[in-house]
Amino acid sequence: MQRYSGFGLVKHALSHHENWQRQWRNPTPKKQYDVIIVGGGGHGLATAYYLAKEFGVTNVAVIEKGWLGGGNTARNTTIVRSNYLWDEAAALYEHAMKLWEGLSQDLNYNVMFSQRGVLNLGHTLQDMRDIQRRVNANRLNGIDGEVLDAKGVQELVPIMDCSKNARYPVLGASWQPRAGVARHDAVAWGYARGADALGVDILQQTEVTGFKIRDGQIYGVHTNRGDIEAKTVGCVAAGNSGVLAKMAGFKLPLESHPLQALVSEPIKPILDTVVMSNHVHGYVSQSDKGDLVIGAGIDGYNGYGQRGSYPTVEHTLQAIVEMFPIFSRVRMNRQWGGIVDTCPDACPILSKTPVKGLFFNCGWGTGGFKATPGSGHVFAASLAKGEMHPIAEPFSMFRFHSGALIDEHGAAGVAH
Amino acid sequence: MFYIYCPYCGEHREEEEFHPKGQAHIERPKDPEACSDEAWGDYLFFRDNPRGVHHELWVHAVGCRKFFNVTRHTVTYEILETYKMGEQPSITADAQGQPREAVAASRQEGVRA
Repeated sequence: MQRYSGFGLVKHALSHHENWQRQWRNPTPKKQYDVIIVGGGGHGLATAYYLAKEFGVTNVAVIEKGWLGGGNTARNTTIVRSNYLWDEAAALYEHAMKLWEGLSQDLNYNVMFSQRGVLNLGHTLQDMRDIQRRVNANRLNGIDGEVLDAKGVQELVPIMDCSKNARYPVLGASWQPRAGVARHDAVAWGYARGADALGVDILQQTEVTGFKIRDGQIYGVHTNRGDIEAKTVGCVAAGNSGVLAKMAGFKLPLESHPLQALVSEPIKPILDTVVMSNHVHGYVSQSDKGDLVIGAGIDGYNGYGQRGSYPTVEHTLQAIVEMFPIFSRVRMNRQWGGIVDTCPDACPILSKTPVKGLFFNCGWGTGGFKATPGSGHVFAASLAKGEMHPIAEPFSMFRFHSGALIDEHGAAGVAH
Repeated sequence: MFYIYCPYCGEHREEEEFHPKGQAHIERPKDPEACSDEAWGDYLFFRDNPRGVHHELWVHAVGCRKFFNVTRHTVTYEILETYKMGEQPSITADAQGQPREAVAASRQEGVRA
């Protein structure tokens, strides 16, 4: 792998940038691998990368039915934070946050991780009590956080309407300075390039059509490019996890919903942090290109259509204009939807399954992007050892029968 | 934007008047105390999540406030029928081979949308 550097940029400029190395190969599938990862999004590619780098398992295939990072990796609003209430979730997201902090250097790929901080606004007394509680819980878990009053919020974001005249006046916020945003598709590409350089085969345009299971043990997958064998298979297929689980003969407590987001026309720098509000329900940040990146909650119905209903977009923008009257005449450029696989307790599933050797990493719902490095790392450790990593252990799919839920619904600040 | 036919009001109304409430036809176990953890967990948390025809519960929240059922395709989002509580769907996933004809037929009858 050719390393990227400022010097390299100058060198390639001399040959008119025509000789850059391809970032990853396009290999033909081998008959057999040690580990197969189904799903070439951020989480799947991160899993492959850490398997090869940290756990020495390099005979790995990533099978992707479309193209790399073409699903939710490219559809999210790029917010990264770790201010979750419960210990289990906090441990997982903070593990990811620590990996984010060195990710560009680690991958030799600029993922444009910008720690510009995240505000979670409170508009009612109960919001403020919940914020106090969450920030205290965060601090006990070693996660940075502060409780701000309305004045503090106004100082950080002068353009926000923090007056008492608002329909839902801002009373304060939680503030996580280490949180921020990253460039989402660079994350997928960076992991893909890193994994490929370590020998991982990335197979695009390859769809898994079934699992090869004998005596309750997995030994391979059927694909549209022939059968591929492996004793360990990890499924990281987000919205399509339920479909894969059905192929393997069990059910997951997931429901797939459309989650919409939109970006505005590019404007001059005006917002240098991320603002989220659970109460009026919307969140916004400004990308390096200058567009406002806006999102909110899921559409309530099940859907695989990668689009949602217009009223949801309308409500989102109402919330944004409520907080930022100054944005009322900004025009929106693009709007899209992704399919999020939501769990009843709004926490993911990283788990063994009833089939030996088959592991699932799914159910990230609306909050998967921020966890990409951490999810990949602990899932890789689990695949390499055959036992779930301690951080992943509480996220077993069997918690919905044992009752040991991790109820982040409403606890995590906002609809992620 | 959906345009939903409320079987109780007998009218088409805009989606904003309604709320989706998840999968339809879920029965609470008759004797919860006698349930195994598996059965109770399945009842509480496990839902069908099909790529295709789905039966779901909706409520006409700012209309008649009654619950009713909708058969909808989760990829095309097309609403195939709506029907009252206690009734059974006339379009199911088994008939998925030729749902278009069934839909077209019900459209022509002008009964459901």
